[in-house]
Amino acid sequence: MFLGFKQRGRILVVNMSGELDHHSAESARMKIDNKIDELGAASLIFDFSGVNFMDSSGIGVVIGRFKKVSQFGGKVAVINLKPQIKRVFELGGLFKIIKEYEDIDKAALSL
Amino acid sequence: MFQNEMKLEFASKSENESFARVVVAAFASRLDPTLEELQDVKTAVSEAVTNAIIHGYEEKDGIVTIKARIDGNVLTVEVIDSGMGIDDVDLARQPLYTSKPELERSGMGFTVMESFMDSLEIESEHGKGTVVKMKKEFKSV
Repeated sequence: MFLGFKQRGRILVVNMSGELDHHSAESARMKIDNKIDELGAASLIFDFSGVNFMDSSGIGVVIGRFKKVSQFGGKVAVINLKPQIKRVFELGGLFKIIKEYEDIDKAALSL
Repeated sequence: MFQNEMKLEFASKSENESFARVVVAAFASRLDPTLEELQDVKTAVSEAVTNAIIHGYEEKDGIVTIKARIDGNVLTVEVIDSGMGIDDVDLARQPLYTSKPELERSGMGFTVMESFMDSLEIESEHGKGTVVKMKKEFKSV
């Protein structure tokens, strides 16, 4: 899994591409956490446009980051979920705490 | 009725999770599945193989076996490990239950398998291992 980072004020945008499973989850969570700490990011936007597969390991990655930023009042938004990933999100109840937006600008406005 | 079967054995390394789900998807492609059906199978296999690696073998060396069959338009997949086994299968099947919360596991593995496949059976014996058997009927055939 390849991760790209962009900063937008106090928001960290995480561009993910590849497959998010148990194998890739460990390094993904480490890299994202390090970037949050390095930049002092308050909130997160996950851009899933390059992710073509995710299983329940991805739920753990997203909820874990949500817990990390929400300790300090931060929020998490997601964009560009493919149908298979959306169904895993739904099953995991992720939309109760994290909203999906049409694009990065709408996501940023919500945070 | 069309019939086919295959067996795959691989080391319990997380690198093999993507290999395993792609192999089963390729085997199932004979059934002319929709993209959604194929994604369902890949996701369910990924969950079962991940469980075998993390929980069955606790990330130590072992062999994961996958047996798959096609009978007409029905795919049967068995994911087998000879690891530690599940003490309480009913508890393990509960959504959000995880025996390893420290690993950020969501506890949704069996729920995903149940939702994405038509049936799920789990046979497990303490110290002997676990067999996860899943079936899916392909509508597009």
